[in-house]
Parts: sequence; structure tokens; C-alpha cells
Amino acid sequence: MDTIIGIGLDALAYGMLLFIISIGLSVMMGLMRVINLAHGAFAMVGGYIASYAIRQLGLPYVVAVPTAVAATVVVALPLEFLLFRRIYGGAEPLKQVLMTIGIAFAVIGIVNAVFGPTIKPIPLPGPLHGIVDIASHTMAVHRLVLIVAGLVIAAGLWLAVEKSNFGVRLRAAVDNPDMAAALGIRTDRLYLVTFGIAVALAAFGGIAGAELMPIEPTYALRYMVTFLVVVSVGGAGSTTGALVASLIIGLVDTAGRYLFPSYGMFFTYAAVILIVELAPNGLARRSA
Amino acid sequence: MLQKLMRIGAAAATLVLIAGASAGADTIKVGIIGPLSGPFALGGKNFKAGVEAYVAVHGDTVAGNKVEFVYRDLDGPDPGKAKSVAQDLIIKEKVQYLGGVYLTPSAFAIAPMLEEANVPLVIFNAATSSITQKSPLIVRTSFTLWQTAVPLAKQVAKDGVKKLIITVTDYGPGNDAEAAFRKTFEAAGGKVVETIKMPLSAADFSPFLQRVKDSDAEAVFAFLPSGASTVGFAKAYVESGLKEKGIKLLATGDVTEESGLQAVGDAAIGIRTTYHYSLVHDSALNRDFVAAATKAIGNADELSFPAVAAYDGVHVIYKMIEATAGKQDAKTAVQSVSGLAWESPRGPVKIDPVTRSLTQTIYLREVAKENGRLVNKEIASYPDQPDWGLVK
Repeated sequence: MDTIIGIGLDALAYGMLLFIISIGLSVMMGLMRVINLAHGAFAMVGGYIASYAIRQLGLPYVVAVPTAVAATVVVALPLEFLLFRRIYGGAEPLKQVLMTIGIAFAVIGIVNAVFGPTIKPIPLPGPLHGIVDIASHTMAVHRLVLIVAGLVIAAGLWLAVEKSNFGVRLRAAVDNPDMAAALGIRTDRLYLVTFGIAVALAAFGGIAGAELMPIEPTYALRYMVTFLVVVSVGGAGSTTGALVASLIIGLVDTAGRYLFPSYGMFFTYAAVILIVELAPNGLARRSA
Repeated sequence: MLQKLMRIGAAAATLVLIAGASAGADTIKVGIIGPLSGPFALGGKNFKAGVEAYVAVHGDTVAGNKVEFVYRDLDGPDPGKAKSVAQDLIIKEKVQYLGGVYLTPSAFAIAPMLEEANVPLVIFNAATSSITQKSPLIVRTSFTLWQTAVPLAKQVAKDGVKKLIITVTDYGPGNDAEAAFRKTFEAAGGKVVETIKMPLSAADFSPFLQRVKDSDAEAVFAFLPSGASTVGFAKAYVESGLKEKGIKLLATGDVTEESGLQAVGDAAIGIRTTYHYSLVHDSALNRDFVAAATKAIGNADELSFPAVAAYDGVHVIYKMIEATAGKQDAKTAVQSVSGLAWESPRGPVKIDPVTRSLTQTIYLREVAKENGRLVNKEIASYPDQPDWGLVK
């Protein structure tokens, strides 16, 4: 029993981390129809800035995290109107892949030169540092924080997309961008805001998940495949789809590692193949 | 017509002058191959720091010859690129010696061309035992996994641990570490209850440690390649409650390698490892080495074990230049250092004439905090350990 709870909680924490980082990628793919291979790089940049803010500038954790998220968005936004804007629309996938992976490589080179190749820790504040016992299972507090943060972000996004004015315009643009623009929706501004939110969530995930996915220069590409798998399983542009996909992958991956450690990622990919076979457009694809 | 002839004559004269200049100088070129970029860039940086530290302390002139180091980047385990980089150094740069090599596949790729090129290779890192058997012109100044794992297994058995679980990363060196530890531990009467082979790509290590927790093992032996995975593993070990439960983590020094250790944080305190070198090894020679190498690398947090192997590697190359009086004679050069013993910053070392790897002291260390930094504090030593992978 202890073991089942243990695996369940670890899977939940890991799944939530995947969700926090991947949801931005999913929304960009659903709305702007762009495959952003630099998404992992944005998560990594958030981690680097947070680490620098805490260790070199001495900012407290609660200040450093929002600062780092904001700083990452500030750094990334010029890329939106200088570069990303030109590749929206999904017409030229090769151009998208080349440009965004180029950005990822450039970011890897820059952080390597500026911060060096060592792992940069993000020291947790006292309360997040310890371990707690839940139903006789030992669990790190920061993993519980990941679970809570994931739930809050999922709820917030659901409300924003389904219930707000912004959400209405967003859904309209996802369903038919040309018609939305013709009806007077400022799609370019909508894209800019969405891009900013996607980057902010990636940066937050990079910071909050640094205990599971340590911040070092190859981070940008190391976990990119997993993020893309979440999007393809969940269906581009869907909050619920991404959440369910993250949790399934988190669970299959964690349970598979526990039960059959030597099989590596076998069970994860087997599950992905099965789901994509049954639902080729992902679990919940918005646009037809 | 006359003008054209004069121009050709002038060009020819210039060529002769250039050729004469390069033939007359006593500069001996040493090619250093290492990962200067990419995921292993830290290793390459440490190679460079070790070389520069040695030159800073001992100068760049040996037996009247000036030594010049030429660096080439080899960013990953790419045998094809390793071969072309080595060829480029041998043919275009005309190096007399090769040094460096971080990963095993690169060493295997370079080995076959050494004899024809008449160039010795001094390995600064790549730790698979069989490398030195691939060419009689290979000497190694690092360590092997067998060398560090065997004394640990003996110590653990001596400490009374009967049941143990092994967790290693599922690739070449991980299998080496597993075989070395298992063989020694079982020979000493211990029982390995389970071996968990973790995929290289694993990010979250808690499921593996949950499995350790559910077994009835008294301790866990681990090997992972240093970097993101060792930090993740050490953290997950503490967070899984295994440390509180009294299940000891034992590992080779890769897991508490200094540049990653600070990222693990205080949770690492108490982890015991065996390794050939600790940055805080207590000797005047080591303090001088660390000072020189820190100056060369520029950031104390980045200094790590490959630097000491590079430092000793340059020592071996200097000795070979002395023995051959600067002439290119790879066979004599290697013979001259076979059996060579000297005092390294890590302690006494000797090139084993049979394996051409180092016979050296392996230390048992415990992670402790000194002056606000996490260090590997040496608490016991096992002198004269050969490469147990080749010496039976």
C-alpha cells in the first residue's frame, strides 16, 4: 500500500511538472500552429535567472521566482516580433523547426559561455526544503508544491480559456484565425500575449522543477522530446488534454521504472504509440 | 617575361625561407583532444586547466625543446569525428604526442592509427579498462572503474554489510562498475539482492529508490555518469527517506564529483565514495596544484578530477620528451615511462608496465562541509591499487 501511494504521489508530481512546462508548447502549437523547439530553452533560461538571482544577488526565493519569470518573458518577447511572428501558421514546418532549434542551440551556447557548463542549483527556502510523511510515505515538500502549483495553473488556465473574454477570442482564433481577424479580433496582439504566457509558464516550470530536472546547458534539448510527447498525446491547444496526457505519461513512466527498471522508457513509448494510434489527433484536439 | 620569372623566383625563395624556418625550430607540438563544447564541456575545460597548471609550474621548455599545445574540440562520443580530429593533428599540425580523450569510444577510434603515425597517446580520462590493450602506444593517467569500485566493495563487506542492492546507469561504464562491485562483494561473502539498471535518459530517480526501499538491502551501491543525473540521484536518495532509514549510499567518486556536488547541497553530507582524487587531498603539492589549476580555469566551482589527470599526463609527456631528447620515437618514449613512479597531487602514482594504467592510492571519502563548501574528505586509503579490470 505504501508503495502504491508512493508511486502515485511521485507520478503526480512528475506529471504536474510536465504539464506546467508543456502547456505553453501545446497552446502555441494549437493557436499559432508553430512547433517551438526552443520551448525547453525558455524553461532553462528561467532556471538560470532564478539561480543567479538567489545565489549571486541574494534575493529571497519568493521574490526571485517571479522576477526570473518576468525577466525570461522580457528576454523572449523581442524574439516574438522579430522572429517567431514570421513563422506562425504552420505553412512551412521545416522553416519552423530550423529556426526554433537554431534558437535552442544559440541559447545553449550563450548560457555555456556566460554561466559555464556546471549544474546551477536553485536553493529552496527553509519550508520547501524538508520531507514530510504522507500515509507513511516519505515525500519531499517541493514535490507537493509542484502538485499544488500544477492544479492551480490548470484551474487558472481553464477559467481563462473557457470563461474570460480573452478566452473567447483565443478559442475563436484557434478555430479559424482568418475569420477571427475578419471579425476584428487583433490576432497579432493575441499571439503576443499567448507567447508571453507560454514563456512565463515554461520559465516557472523550469524553476519549480529544477530539483527533478537540474539546470545545465543541455537542458534545452534533453527534455524536449518528453514535452513534445505530452503535446502530441494531449492534442495541441487543449488544457485538459495536456493535463491528462501529462498525468498519464507521469504515471506510466514512474510505475514502469519502479516495476521494470531495466526496460527504460519502453512502457512510456508503448503507451504513447497506443494512444496516438487510437486518437491520432491527441486526446482532446480543439481544431478540427 | 623577365618580370614573370622574377616573380616566380621571389615566390620560390619565400617558400624556401618558410620551409627552412619551420624545419629549424625546436618546437614539439602536443595535440590535446577533449570536449571543449557540448554536454561534456566541463571535462574539456578541466583538461585545459590541468595542462596550463603544469606549464605554469614547470615551464614550457623540456631538454632544450619548446613544447606547444594544440587543442581540438571533440564534443561527444563520436568515433568518426575522433578519428578525423586525430588525423588532422597528426598530419596537418604534425604533433609528436597526443593527449586528452574524455570518452571511451573516441579512444578506441584513435588507437589503430598511433603505430603508423609514430605518436604516443596519453589518456587523460576515458576509464574503460581495455583501452590500453588497443595499442602499445597508449598510456593512461586517469583511473578505471574497476580500480575505484573494487576497494569499496572490499570495505563494505568488511564493515559487515551482508545484503546490498546495486543501481547503475545502463551503459558501458555502468556495467563495468556493476561487474567489479558484484564480483568483489560476492567473493567476500556478501549477497547482491538485486541489480537495477537505470536508463541513461532517466530524469526522476524516485521510482528506482522506492524499489531500493522495498527491498531488504542494508545498503545501496550506485554508479552514474557525473552531471545532471548524479545530482538528481543524490537528491532523490535523501528525499526518499532512505538516508533517515539508515540505508547507506555507497558509490564511486563520480557521484560526488566536486563541480556537481555543490548543486546537490547539504543533503549530500555523509555520502561515502571511493575515488583516486579529492580536491582537498592534504598535501603541499596538491594545494599548489589546486591554486594553479583554479587560476587557469578561472572559476573554483568548475575545477574537478579530470584536471589532475591532465596535469599528470603532461608530466608523462615531458618525461617522454626528455627520454627521446625531442626526437619522434614513440616506442622508445612509451618504454621510457613504463614503470615510471612519481608524486602526483593525488598521492604516489606509478605507471604499471603491464597495463600502462596508473597503480595508485584509492581513497575512501565522506562528503563534509568545510568553509562553506562541500568537499570529499578522505577518511581512509588503500595504497597501490592496480587496474583490477586487467590485473586479476
